[in-house]
Amino acid sequence: MARQSLTGTRIRERRVLTGMKQADLARAAGISASYLNLIEHNRRRVGSGLLQALAGVLGVSVEMLTEGAEAALLADLRAAAQANEAEQPEIDRVEEFAGRFPGWARATAAMQRRLSAMERTVETLSDRMTHDPFLSASLHEVLSAVTAVRSTAGILAETEDIEPEWRARFHANLRDDSERLAEGAEALVAWLDGSVPDESGIAAPQEEVEAWLAECGYHIEEAETEAFDGGAGLIDAAPELASTAAHKLATQYLAQYRRDAQAIPLAALRRAVSEHGADPARLATRFQTGLMPVFRRLATLPDSGFGLVCCDGSGTLTFRKPADGFALPRFGAACPLWPLYRALLQPTVPIRAVVEMAGRVPQRFLAFAYCQPSYPDGFGGVPVVEAAMLILPAPPEPETPAARVGTSCRICPRMDCSARREPSILSEGF
Amino acid sequence: MGRHVLLIEDEPNIIEAIRFILTRDGWQVDTLSDGAEAMATIRRTRPDVLILDVMLPGRSGYEILQDLRADPEYAQLPVLMLTARGQMRDREQAERYGASRFIAKPFANADIVAALRALVGS
Repeated sequence: MARQSLTGTRIRERRVLTGMKQADLARAAGISASYLNLIEHNRRRVGSGLLQALAGVLGVSVEMLTEGAEAALLADLRAAAQANEAEQPEIDRVEEFAGRFPGWARATAAMQRRLSAMERTVETLSDRMTHDPFLSASLHEVLSAVTAVRSTAGILAETEDIEPEWRARFHANLRDDSERLAEGAEALVAWLDGSVPDESGIAAPQEEVEAWLAECGYHIEEAETEAFDGGAGLIDAAPELASTAAHKLATQYLAQYRRDAQAIPLAALRRAVSEHGADPARLATRFQTGLMPVFRRLATLPDSGFGLVCCDGSGTLTFRKPADGFALPRFGAACPLWPLYRALLQPTVPIRAVVEMAGRVPQRFLAFAYCQPSYPDGFGGVPVVEAAMLILPAPPEPETPAARVGTSCRICPRMDCSARREPSILSEGF
Repeated sequence: MGRHVLLIEDEPNIIEAIRFILTRDGWQVDTLSDGAEAMATIRRTRPDVLILDVMLPGRSGYEILQDLRADPEYAQLPVLMLTARGQMRDREQAERYGASRFIAKPFANADIVAALRALVGS
């Protein structure tokens, strides 16, 4: 609705707020109550003279009635109010607040935007730092070396009558710990700088592959065609794929991608989705293939916005393609309430679930999850399971109850969750 | 109270330094590097006070502390916990599990001596 057409609504809101009856306002502004009623329901445009009169009686500026406050400003203010519900902000008077105190409103909105940005940064950093085994081990190593150096140096400096053998021994310890410290510091700097050298083990190969796929938009055009040669050239040319292990993973990924593309060609998939929707089971029947290839093909459809997560039998995420608004943990375990893990408990049972992702503005998604066991060592061998969850951004049934999920406990604001395994940093004021 | 301390720490050079400092201060020092053997060693050596690192192989300092506090014989044993500087969570957790005192790494040698003396009242 155009801004001007909302003027009547704002007049009504302001009148109700001030406790004035329609008839009283009409009389004060020199019009009939029935005409004011039409204006308030946006059925009559208001001339500038009348508007001035109404604004004067209502004690607000004309701009407040015609423009309202800027939509983005109001949205930020509402977000600020929602984030601080305990303070019981008068959320129904947000426009009045923005109109009467525009400077304060802009300041509050700016703080809200800054806070949101900081929260995102904190979530990312916390997720990375608390779950990164390399960083944790490196910090421990550095701290241990520093502790030993400080203590040993203290002994050498403060003990006047130290025996020569002890002195020599502590000097040797100092040298060893200094070397450890230098190595640990170098590795940490490389990690923080992002310039992680090849084969250092600092970036997991899976991370390299994910960075490469994200750069490609998860769609490999070359692997869609019969002429595809395995993709060695593609892999060599990808700066993200630094380590040998990442090369190997990427080669395996491309081989699987090609097999999937042969079973479910892109053009046929697009047609099928437009005709029958994105139900993976229907598509699997149509293409006479398993559900896993359909999940993967749907996730790599260009610009589909579909997310995909896969895990192995331990629940460790082995593939991550995020959907907008459905954040995936970069390190560590995900939310135990994801349908992905329900599928892991029920191999071969297809699971369809509407989920609501926790966040400042909770967002709903449609999730398809499935777990496929395989027996590479034969009947007597160990079963190997892989589970996958396809995430569609817009569930078609808004009335369906949604399962409440999060990204991972550490950055999840749902304090009352019975599946919580560790405290959330969001409990500490974020 | 006596001056017998058991130091549970896995870094050899830190062990060596603390042992040197405390021995010079008149303490009898036993050391252990593996968290898994902590309870058995405590029962065997019966220290008057314990210095316990948080990150240990085998069993973490928190787990050892919990075991101690659950055992009536060692529920009151003074425990000086070595935590990482700036890690408030470490400290809060150690406090919850019943640590008597904390020293953050890296520490000054005099602080270790002073903390132990305070714990045994000497």
